[in-house]
Amino acid sequence: MTPPRDAGGGTDDAVAPAAYAEETWELRLYVTDRTPKCVRALANLQRVCAHWLPGRYHIEVIDLLENPRLAAQDQIVAVPTLVRMHPQPARRMVGDLTDTERLLVDMQVRPARRPDERG
Amino acid sequence: MTSSSEAPAALTLPKAPTGIAGLDEITGGGLPQGRSTLVTGSTGTGKTLLGLGFLVAGAREHGEPGVLVTFEESADKVTANVASMGFDLEALQRDGMLIIIAFPVEATEIVETGEFDFGPLSLVLDDAIGRIGAKRVVLDSIEVLFGAFKAQAIVRAELGRLFGWLEGREVTAIVTGERADNSLTRHGIEEYVSDCVIALDHRLHDGVATRRLQVVKYRGSTHETNEYPFLISAHGFEVLPLTAVSLDYGASSERLSTGVPRLDRMLSGGLYRGSTVLVSGAPGTGKTTLGAHLIDAACARDERALLVLFEESPDEVIRNMRSVGLDLRQWAETGMLRIWAARPSAFGLETHLTILARLVDEQKPTITVLDGITSLTHQPTQAEVVSMVARQTHLLKSRGITTMATTLLQEEEHSGMGVSSLMDTWLLLRNVESNGERNRLLFVLKSRGTAHSNQVREFLLTQHGVELADVYVGPGGVMTGSARVSQQARERSDQLEHEEQLMRRKRELRARVAQGQAQLAVLQDELASEQAELAQIANREARLAADAQATRDALSVQRRADPADRDDRA
Repeated sequence: MTPPRDAGGGTDDAVAPAAYAEETWELRLYVTDRTPKCVRALANLQRVCAHWLPGRYHIEVIDLLENPRLAAQDQIVAVPTLVRMHPQPARRMVGDLTDTERLLVDMQVRPARRPDERG
Repeated sequence: MTSSSEAPAALTLPKAPTGIAGLDEITGGGLPQGRSTLVTGSTGTGKTLLGLGFLVAGAREHGEPGVLVTFEESADKVTANVASMGFDLEALQRDGMLIIIAFPVEATEIVETGEFDFGPLSLVLDDAIGRIGAKRVVLDSIEVLFGAFKAQAIVRAELGRLFGWLEGREVTAIVTGERADNSLTRHGIEEYVSDCVIALDHRLHDGVATRRLQVVKYRGSTHETNEYPFLISAHGFEVLPLTAVSLDYGASSERLSTGVPRLDRMLSGGLYRGSTVLVSGAPGTGKTTLGAHLIDAACARDERALLVLFEESPDEVIRNMRSVGLDLRQWAETGMLRIWAARPSAFGLETHLTILARLVDEQKPTITVLDGITSLTHQPTQAEVVSMVARQTHLLKSRGITTMATTLLQEEEHSGMGVSSLMDTWLLLRNVESNGERNRLLFVLKSRGTAHSNQVREFLLTQHGVELADVYVGPGGVMTGSARVSQQARERSDQLEHEEQLMRRKRELRARVAQGQAQLAVLQDELASEQAELAQIANREARLAADAQATRDALSVQRRADPADRDDRA
């Protein structure tokens, strides 16, 4: 039941989605106000989750503008930052999540799809 | 909570004192106020410490609270690391003078997809600055951010934005970064922090660490551009006091005694106060003893003294000096004398220098003796030793401290270290071997501003200290030791003989004078009797003439001679 640690590794391909199949994903998105980057990140995240984790996800948006001290407390240097609170271990990702493929792989929503590397 | 004070409305570039010894001197008052300064250097050069020194001094001495943002360590770790340097960060945080924000960013933890910004940084900073009214901010080290994120262009642009924001916030900031081989920072951050750049360096020479600091750039302000040694010690971060740069010392015409009266006379009354003396000579010629005399004389005059030993331990010196009748312990016990011993190899040259500066500050001596500066040549290069000795003497001279430095150098012509030209007075002690014994000679090679003696003296170490004796120049060269003593004996006997001869001659002459005087008395007697006889004869003659006239008168009366007749005859 040990969760795979390395999304890019070959052995994760089949295991990752299966391991988390029954989990409800707790996701936290740190933003500062409604900057374009943050709005974009939230939209990208919602789209991916709706497609890959239908009914099994919860997104909490934390606006650091309202509570700046949370940034220090939660170690958020840059925004937008996405933190996967559950399933454990926590993983974080910085950026507007435009690269959906990266998001899927690094958050271990599904294994990497790299046909050119296969064989 | 400290309310934010109004910005100074001065036309000159306002500066924020760093509180770091020496740095404010180089920068002409501190860092540009309300602006950011970049401190670059490789790992372990003391960037963090410089930043912390700046914050601590601001909080303690200038009532300016500060914020530290560290990307390298946790707040606890930072606090623990600097506690040994006398920085009590916990107390400052309790007093609301300091906030530490730690973002220990670990590169592996962050995955990026797409654009991001450092908005949270300015939010956190803004909150912290507002909470305590901070005037100073340190970001340590931005290099970590470049390491943590792959999108370097974004990091650079975001940091540029952050620095602009700091400026708008009117806080004086220090940003630390890593130095690259051919640019000030690895990631060209100096473009954004263009007002002031300080570079730190940490080099090894034969395994001895030497740290240097250089103000590379300071827009709108004059500053020293040389590299200056600095020290990281229990006192924190110290740049070497730079009074050494200028040569404008006041010159005193007051003379003070070397503690050796005869030497004072050779130097027309002693050393000028605040001057520097080099004593060079072979091992065992008595250099340290001369230094001990100077100290003893100073302490006896109620002046404070500092003795820096590079070769011996304080106990050894105290014992050795007691054997020549100099009790240094009494002065050390009352605190009039401070003795500091350091094996030269234990520290870098810079460390020596900075420790000396601190000793001088603490002891406040009027006399300092540096015993055995030659030992410093165990150190890196000769040129560095000369520069070090120059700084030491400048440091002491600039504070009006009379300094004696002793060195093992023996050759008078080329003084190996090139130190002698820095000194006002140069005494050379030399061993002379003859008649199976070694004796010491003292030469005054130079003494600026003094009509000093050109003569060589024999330098004697007696049970009551140093004594100087005349030397004898004979056909075989100068005579010292037993040769001098036998010469002295010979001269004494010659003298005796000479005196006896004179006595003899005097006696002879006296006898002859007495004889002459006796003869003279006899002659005078004869003369007197002859004169008396002569007078008698004349007397008789007169009496006879008178008798004859009387007879003639009586006859003419009888002959009744007439007057005419008498007149014709007359």
